[in-house]
Amino acid sequence: MPLPPLPESAVVLDATAADWRAAVTLVGEALAASGAATPAYGGEMVRMIEEHGPYVVIAPGLALAHARPGPEVRADGLAVVTLATPIEFGHPYNDPVRVVLGLAITRGGDHLGAVAAVANVFNDSDAVEQLATAATVQDVRRIMGADR
Amino acid sequence: MKIVTICGAGIGSSGILKVNAERVLKRLDLEADVVAADIGSVKTAAADAQVILTSPEFVDAIGQTYADVIVIENYFDTDELTRKLEAALG
Repeated sequence: MPLPPLPESAVVLDATAADWRAAVTLVGEALAASGAATPAYGGEMVRMIEEHGPYVVIAPGLALAHARPGPEVRADGLAVVTLATPIEFGHPYNDPVRVVLGLAITRGGDHLGAVAAVANVFNDSDAVEQLATAATVQDVRRIMGADR
Repeated sequence: MKIVTICGAGIGSSGILKVNAERVLKRLDLEADVVAADIGSVKTAAADAQVILTSPEFVDAIGQTYADVIVIENYFDTDELTRKLEAALG
């Protein structure tokens, strides 16, 4: 079950964001930089949270931002943004967020294989802590087990 | 038995819940179909489900259902999932 590609261009360390919208926008920009999505995808991810609430904060300190497959997605891809200052998303249990993952999945993509690979990284582990304190892009890719 | 995981898009977070619920069910030696769906299709997806797994944000939107609605706090904590699934199914 392969992890979606996580190239160096999709990793941003110690980013500064004023609020959750800015943080999600940054991860959208990282997905655009890697070529996984168009610049409009970040806005779609923000809209999902505006519509449904901060449910993307799926574990303490970790947000998994994503929107639906659609014309904004160019290829399956993952992005990682670590935040210099943790951000409140308004989640009842898992705030504040220190690491924002961005996930883009094409309609034909094997999304369950992709999310299973993401689950493998984070299940019962301290991967969020390791990512939040990662010093280099290479460290982030190693923690995530990225080979693409 | 059918379990439905619900999120906003039907991919991503509900997919993670599906994958981890299946892992926990296997560990508990329980058989179930686990289906990931978006909140817009919860009425059809969960019509014949015994359990709905989701985040606190979706409880109101799920509305009235015969299924047990279980709120998961940490999607990667398989101990939490095990505890809550055992309580619901046991």
